[in-house]
Amino acid sequence: MSELVLKGGRVVDASGTREADVAIDAEGRIAAIGPNLDGDRVVDCGGCVVAPGLVDIHTHLREPGREEAETIETGSRAAALGGYTAVVAMPNTEPAIDSAGIVREVLDLGAKALCDVRPAGAITVGREGERLAPLAEMAALGVRLFTDDGTGVQDSRLMRRALEYASSLGVVLAQHCEDAGLAAGGHMHEGEWSSRLGIPGVPAEAEELMVQRDIALCRLTGAPVHFLHLSTARSVELVRQAKADGLPVTAEAAPHHFTLTHEVVQGYDPVFKVNPPLRTLVDVEAVAIGLADGTIDAVATDHAPHSQEAKEQPFDEAPPGMLGLETALALTLERFPVERALALLSWQPARVAQLAGEHGAVAEGRPANLCVIDPTATWSVDPEKLASKSRNTPYAGRTMTGRVRHTFLRGEPVVLDGEAQR
Amino acid sequence: MRHLLSISDLGREGIEELLDLTDSFVEVAERRIPKVPALRGKNVVSLFYEDSTRTRLSFETAAKRLSADTMNFSVSTSSVKKGESLKDTVETIEAMGIDCIVVRHGSAGVPWQIASWVDASVINAGDGWHEHPTQALLDCYTIRQELGGFTDKRIAIVGDVKHSRVARSDVLAFTALGASVTLVAPPTLLPPSLEGWPVDVSHDIDEVLPKVDVVYLLRMQKERQTEALLPSLREYTATYGLTRDRARLLQEHALVMHPGPMNRGVEIAAEVADLPRSVITRQVANGVAVRSAVLFLLLGSGSDLHV
Amino acid sequence: MAERERRTTPPYGGVFVPRTRIMDAEAVRRAITRIAHEVIERNAGLEDVVVVGLQTGGVPLARQLADELERIEGTEVPVGTLDVAFYRDDIGLRPVMPEAVTNIPVDLGARVVVLVDDVLFTGRTIRAAMDALTDFGRPRAIQLAVMIDRGHRELPIRPDFVGKNLPTRRDEAVDVHEDGVDLGDMVKGARR
Repeated sequence: MSELVLKGGRVVDASGTREADVAIDAEGRIAAIGPNLDGDRVVDCGGCVVAPGLVDIHTHLREPGREEAETIETGSRAAALGGYTAVVAMPNTEPAIDSAGIVREVLDLGAKALCDVRPAGAITVGREGERLAPLAEMAALGVRLFTDDGTGVQDSRLMRRALEYASSLGVVLAQHCEDAGLAAGGHMHEGEWSSRLGIPGVPAEAEELMVQRDIALCRLTGAPVHFLHLSTARSVELVRQAKADGLPVTAEAAPHHFTLTHEVVQGYDPVFKVNPPLRTLVDVEAVAIGLADGTIDAVATDHAPHSQEAKEQPFDEAPPGMLGLETALALTLERFPVERALALLSWQPARVAQLAGEHGAVAEGRPANLCVIDPTATWSVDPEKLASKSRNTPYAGRTMTGRVRHTFLRGEPVVLDGEAQR
Repeated sequence: MRHLLSISDLGREGIEELLDLTDSFVEVAERRIPKVPALRGKNVVSLFYEDSTRTRLSFETAAKRLSADTMNFSVSTSSVKKGESLKDTVETIEAMGIDCIVVRHGSAGVPWQIASWVDASVINAGDGWHEHPTQALLDCYTIRQELGGFTDKRIAIVGDVKHSRVARSDVLAFTALGASVTLVAPPTLLPPSLEGWPVDVSHDIDEVLPKVDVVYLLRMQKERQTEALLPSLREYTATYGLTRDRARLLQEHALVMHPGPMNRGVEIAAEVADLPRSVITRQVANGVAVRSAVLFLLLGSGSDLHV
Repeated sequence: MAERERRTTPPYGGVFVPRTRIMDAEAVRRAITRIAHEVIERNAGLEDVVVVGLQTGGVPLARQLADELERIEGTEVPVGTLDVAFYRDDIGLRPVMPEAVTNIPVDLGARVVVLVDDVLFTGRTIRAAMDALTDFGRPRAIQLAVMIDRGHRELPIRPDFVGKNLPTRRDEAVDVHEDGVDLGDMVKGARR
């Protein structure tokens, strides 16, 4: 007799879809998947999809350093409510995650979180783009993804060395593609709307230049490269071509880059300020197509909390970034069929982040990292009701379809009936 | 109408109504006692994060013409506390009981943000590169005074359009009233995209000048040199400056306009600024009347009341 | 009737529907002639007299009065027009916009101003007009000429020269136009 049975749902993972119950044992592992299972405790999953827990490979948890915006605890709660059982925490904290000591601090803070918190490490010391950070030391503690996210590594020679060095460690380097020279002074996409609104803009080429460069460096070094938050049509095309050439590149895109365009900035609300910025309809459609055809491997939230005071500043003074953990699932379900959406949100990012052993599959013997989704539930985004400590969601007031009913972390029910259990 | 944030808040009819109203305030200015009690008891505060004595005084005079009380917050006199957030400053001001905030700020969009935080009326006196609606209105008034109207009129706006809030508001206003507008500037000083702008573009000022009824010159700032937008001010003057020789290309009736302050010798030759066709001082004089009209429209006319 | 009356009388912005013709054009002309004689008599001539018509109803009447004064005495009298929008006491309570630009062509210091309006009602417009006039100089005297006094004063204002006294109900309306004077009602309907 199992501890827990998820009853009456439709199990969906990379191996397919089947109507089945899922039984979880006392060690938090999936004991069985099949019809008519029994357990001490039954959780109703009627009408729902039982999926592997979502994996966000791009989350900003702000701790250490910016705890007024979010902490590992509050961020992980938001993640769990969004269906995530694992998040990769970006290293642009204060101090940056660029050494074993900070990695350990984040791992400790994350030990009791409502989801698996895996720190990413910086590529360069302090993310300053000048010297390589101790990648091996951090990899020894389990760090599998490195990035200077927030900025791109400007120096091509340094990036080449980083890729060569990383290739021996079995880790992946991820790039925030932004050419600092072209992007300097810009606060939104450079184009029709930036011209009208009188806001200095960032041209699409600022991103594309670095995408092109890193594809070339990937070819040169043979090391894998992951592209963070792709936002332009040409970036998507560059990655498509690189994959066709057989290069080991992967990519992600954020929901705001396939749902919002630069037109929404016209109210000057800094909630819509993000880096890379919201772009044109052509770019939005290209990102969606890239997600559909496999060019882009994952939907990653780039969840970037900022305090209300920070986001109430004049537009060009406000920090860029939007919340994303609690809205990503619904937005992705709106655009893609369930199986594709879950691939983009769960097992494909799990593979990129090298978490596929523990996350991304509903299979016997695996840890029960699961989310139960009601794909037809409608709800309205209320910034005050989000679990995140911050309120900067661009979807306030929007009606969403698709909601997480339950989330299980290693068998523990961290979310039941849409409520966090701790 | 509660606020004046953008020229597009007014539309053609609104602009014309304001210009007609300005006629009344031009008359008030000519009286022995140039003051009317229309806004007695109202409080108008100017909140200027960017230095501009001229515009601030113009608004203050305009408010006083209407018997309103005025208050003045400007960063240069440190009455705006360093480090105090914009929102806190604005909410403190509103708590003092004010009816109207006239705001100038270096960041585009600030007037809209302020309008969402306060009950008072908000007037945009210049937000970053974005708009300067009262400047456009006084420009329109001046053109109407001199040329009678805008239909079939051609206006050239010359200079740093990219960074110019005056240019953006003027383009909206002049085209709304029926004039055709040509922007004349080097490519580095034009906005990256002119999609949706109802304008022509030229890089050849000599070709444009004989055809226009108004040449509107924008200020060329020294800083643009350091941003690699221009090789030098000298080159700018040679290619786009309104020199004495170039001024001779203008039609008899054509006007020379400038929002001020001028860089004599850069975008406009000193002698040209003093020609009779240059109506730059008239623009300034009209500024007070136009701003009185705006203040009256927002605070006194009751035009937003439903009866 | 003055646009301002139309806009300030309930139902605001409504349409005037006439019921009775109180005076025809001939009667108005005779009234003006009589008022002209009264003005000349009262002021022992026309020295220092300035006629100022209130926008908009008083303006044509002021013109007619000035012409009549000139016809009788042979001297031209300066004529001005005054819009009192900026002096009203109900600013902020109802829509108020000037109908035309004020034009006072002479300094009013030490002058006798004959203020002309079509209908005298609550007296508030006249109070506002007196405030406005003093901003053009300090007149020696202000005298008020109206074609119709319809009663219902709310302020201590009284006319010096009256075309006709017409008792009215408060909810009625009076319209002075080029064919004469009508008594009627304001009816809610299409705005002008």
